[in-house]
Amino acid sequence: MPLTSDAPAADAPERAGPPPTEAPALKVVPVRHPARWAAIALTAVVLAQFAHGLVTNPGWEWGVFAQFFTTETILRAVGTTLQLTLYGTALGFLLGLVLAFMRLSDSPFLKTVAAGYIWVFRAVPLIVQLLFWFNLAYLYKRIDIGIPFGPGFFSFDTVNLVGAMSAAVLGLALHQAAYAAEIVRGGVLAVDDGQLAAAAALGIPRLRQLRRIVLPQAMRAILPNAANEVISLFKGTSIVSVMAIGELFYQVQVVYGRNGRVVPLLMVATVWYVLLTGALSVLQHYIERHFAKGATR
Amino acid sequence: MSAMVDIRSVTKSFGSVEVLRGIDLTVRTGEVTVVLGPSGSGKSTLLRTVNHLEKVDSGQVSVDGQLVGYRRSGDKLYELRERDILKQRTHIGFVFQNFHLFPHLTVLENITEAPVAALKRSRKDAEAAARRLLERVGLADKADAYPRQLSGGQQQRVAIARALALEPKLLLFDEPTSALDPELVGEVLDVIKDLAQQGTTMIVVTHEIGFAREVADTVVFMDDGRIVEQGPPSQILDAPRHERTRAFLSKVL
Ligand SMILES: Nc1ncnc2c1ncn2[C@@H]1O[C@H](COP(=O)(O)OP(=O)(O)O)[C@@H](O)[C@H]1O
Ligand SMILES: [Mg+2]
Repeated sequence: MPLTSDAPAADAPERAGPPPTEAPALKVVPVRHPARWAAIALTAVVLAQFAHGLVTNPGWEWGVFAQFFTTETILRAVGTTLQLTLYGTALGFLLGLVLAFMRLSDSPFLKTVAAGYIWVFRAVPLIVQLLFWFNLAYLYKRIDIGIPFGPGFFSFDTVNLVGAMSAAVLGLALHQAAYAAEIVRGGVLAVDDGQLAAAAALGIPRLRQLRRIVLPQAMRAILPNAANEVISLFKGTSIVSVMAIGELFYQVQVVYGRNGRVVPLLMVATVWYVLLTGALSVLQHYIERHFAKGATR
Repeated sequence: MSAMVDIRSVTKSFGSVEVLRGIDLTVRTGEVTVVLGPSGSGKSTLLRTVNHLEKVDSGQVSVDGQLVGYRRSGDKLYELRERDILKQRTHIGFVFQNFHLFPHLTVLENITEAPVAALKRSRKDAEAAARRLLERVGLADKADAYPRQLSGGQQQRVAIARALALEPKLLLFDEPTSALDPELVGEVLDVIKDLAQQGTTMIVVTHEIGFAREVADTVVFMDDGRIVEQGPPSQILDAPRHERTRAFLSKVL
């Protein structure tokens, strides 16, 4: 029962004793926060100064920014960046899923292979790996498909097979897979054992247990980490500018190399990165909401 | 009457700990067997060997005349493939102490999942059957709720409906009321009693002595991985022959 001062009086109007004294109407005075107000004032001043500087400092060259922000070269570069992110994420998480289940399997061999992969690909800096792939043709002149260690049926010249763009996607995906594997594994481990026991006791086929029972629940733990990875891959694509691929960062470098307007062009790239990261966060919110079905928090 | 469950000389160890030390038990078709015993005596492990959630180290378990988890050829036992083990399990319903409902699926989806996935029933038929089962456990209005929106007693009744959806020959209950608040125990026991009256073959691990007295055909007392004694409830509960049984009963009664 809630503890209120007037409830008993209302419940028992006929009780004996002296009549209840009229409860005076009291005014509630909220506690004051002088320190908070000081912090707000200070922050507002700093923000205003910063905004003032953005507008009035001619160094930002907003005219140049506006001129280039939506030119075709830049838009095409944004497209390339998004492509690299999409393919890198899709392939990376696909391979990561396989690696995660290898590492969770009962086979010591599969476990070790997956753990070894994760070790190596987390250890090698992305840029070093990308340059390796870019120079694959130097290592393996041809790739033959056929009987292992035996005669080949098909063969490709690696120079034609691994163009700059596919080398970049390959590098990003293989790098991403190592991290994705650990994120997926963490998500699967977070699912209660009892869920698998219940699914097994019901005779649900193995793959369906994973797809329908385990993964949807694992997604709740996977998604926030996966979103971090996608966003960091999205920005990480700027590394492939070393391979002369026309993604966003490479393209603004090309433009400011020609016209010397470094700051406004860096702002072009920055604003695109910020806007698209915002869009990814919104997407994350909706995907997380989808997988929160039946959850209380 | 024929034997629905036949457990012969079953042993099981976890590492160096011997959890089952030679269990022999027969459960006849249509009968209710209640298993009692102190915590850690191996009751859950025994129950889990009956549907091969736990592999035995030696001995064998048959359900309805079929070896569980193995195929016999001459004097050799061949381990079944996982696919065949999963198929055997569809004949054996299991109800867990902590329900283990699928939290991201609605009550209806929880119940239809196995009939659709394992028995290849059409979704429509499975849903119609699921609604009948929900009616039977008194939860017809909860079909679209998620498990976390239900009380523990309601969740356990859904879990029973989920097990029944496969129309199993045998039902196994592992302390179905131990995780419930006292006032919710009755509603779950009522559902199980109802099943018992309709002649469902069951093995029930429980500490509810009143329930055992009322519905059990056989009461089994386990301690330290062995069956200490078994018999009709009147004998085991009222006139136990072994000191350990007496000591246990004096604690739970
Ligand atoms: N998966 C397991 N791994 C190791 N030890 C286990 C496992 N399952 C059960 N045990 C041990 O086996 C013994 C019997 O457990 P259990 O069958 O759950 O007993 P009960 O259900 O009678 O309480 C306990 O000592 C428990 O710690
Ligand atoms: Mg137990």
